[in-house]
Amino acid sequence: MTEEKKSPWGTIKFDGPMATQGYALNKMCFSFNNAEAREEFKKDEAAYCDKFGLTEAQKQAVINRDILELERLGGSIYYLAKFAGVLGLNVQDVGGIQTGRTTEEFKAYLESQGRGKNNG
Amino acid sequence: MAKIIGGITTSHIPAIGIAMDRGLTETPYWKDFFDGYPPIREWLHEQKPDIAIVFYNDHGLEMFLDKKPTFALGCAPKYENADEGWGIATIPPVTGETELSWHIANELVEHDFDPTICQDIKVDHGLTVPLSLMYPGHNYQHLKVIPVCINCERHPMPKPSRCYALGQAIGKAVESFAGDQKVVCFGTGGLSHQLDGERAGIINADFDEECMDKLVSDPEALTKYSNDDLIEIAGAQGVELNMWLAMRGCLLGKVTEKHRNYVAPISNTGAGTQLLLNE
Repeated sequence: MTEEKKSPWGTIKFDGPMATQGYALNKMCFSFNNAEAREEFKKDEAAYCDKFGLTEAQKQAVINRDILELERLGGSIYYLAKFAGVLGLNVQDVGGIQTGRTTEEFKAYLESQGRGKNNG
Repeated sequence: MAKIIGGITTSHIPAIGIAMDRGLTETPYWKDFFDGYPPIREWLHEQKPDIAIVFYNDHGLEMFLDKKPTFALGCAPKYENADEGWGIATIPPVTGETELSWHIANELVEHDFDPTICQDIKVDHGLTVPLSLMYPGHNYQHLKVIPVCINCERHPMPKPSRCYALGQAIGKAVESFAGDQKVVCFGTGGLSHQLDGERAGIINADFDEECMDKLVSDPEALTKYSNDDLIEIAGAQGVELNMWLAMRGCLLGKVTEKHRNYVAPISNTGAGTQLLLNE
């Protein structure tokens, strides 16, 4: 059997067990590709979560906009990005939420690792 | 025989498409990034490739977790783009190709690769942003596109060495195709970035530049990494290097680098682009 490396700190590897745990949650977020679905979700978030069979913990994390908790409960960032989009958040906002920074602080962190910008 | 004339690597992040739509390409944030593309566009304009083989990953437009291919090959005459849920504008249909595509399908299976063969798939920003970058104003419909989708979203993912080998098999298939088409290969995505977890936001510019060096001169060195290594060194989404390796695998001749640009951060990523010639 191949030995798997332990994931680095602060990294949840989206693998089979996580994908199993998060299937309904990710399926709900996948539905947000459809504009009508996004509107239906906004009208009654809890009912929309129930329609997809989310667990109570997943539903609470959706209502609390707790992105990290959603990842721990099997959410894939690619599908959670669609949820974030419904909330009007971009990937810097989401980065800030996950790292305990404001969006501006998160952008500054990104810039601190920067290279190759002469005009920025 | 058909000929692969070169390879192009590029980021495919949605923010690029949004910046183009909003006319932000000359702003201080974006200028150094977009300045990397005119030399590649000029080369494309001069060389006029007939076909582009585009290695990309689907971020949840077409390939949900219910039926998710490890490798998928498009064999359709046309590919539609669609709403991805968070606001990137949908672009006009992409022209496909059905003769070389099916030849590649046959050759891959003959040589022990077994991709999912797709006759009707939507393509997402992973493919459309690079096309929009190479052909601003959506002037890409003369180019016939063969999409090759690689799973970069759910583990287990194909290994870097396997993605490189897939590219080599596609390169050989193109060389054995009876035709005089000029083919270019795109490796999209990357480089270092992580979107999820408390570690979100890490960028490794030193590693990115090393990858760009090695991609030219010693791609096999990059195939020694595992996906777990890439997660550790380049962030959870650093595995998108696999699309660059697949592209590089297609270049079976003498490879030289004609152009390069690297800017970080662009959105949450280290954004690299290269033009490689295959002689």
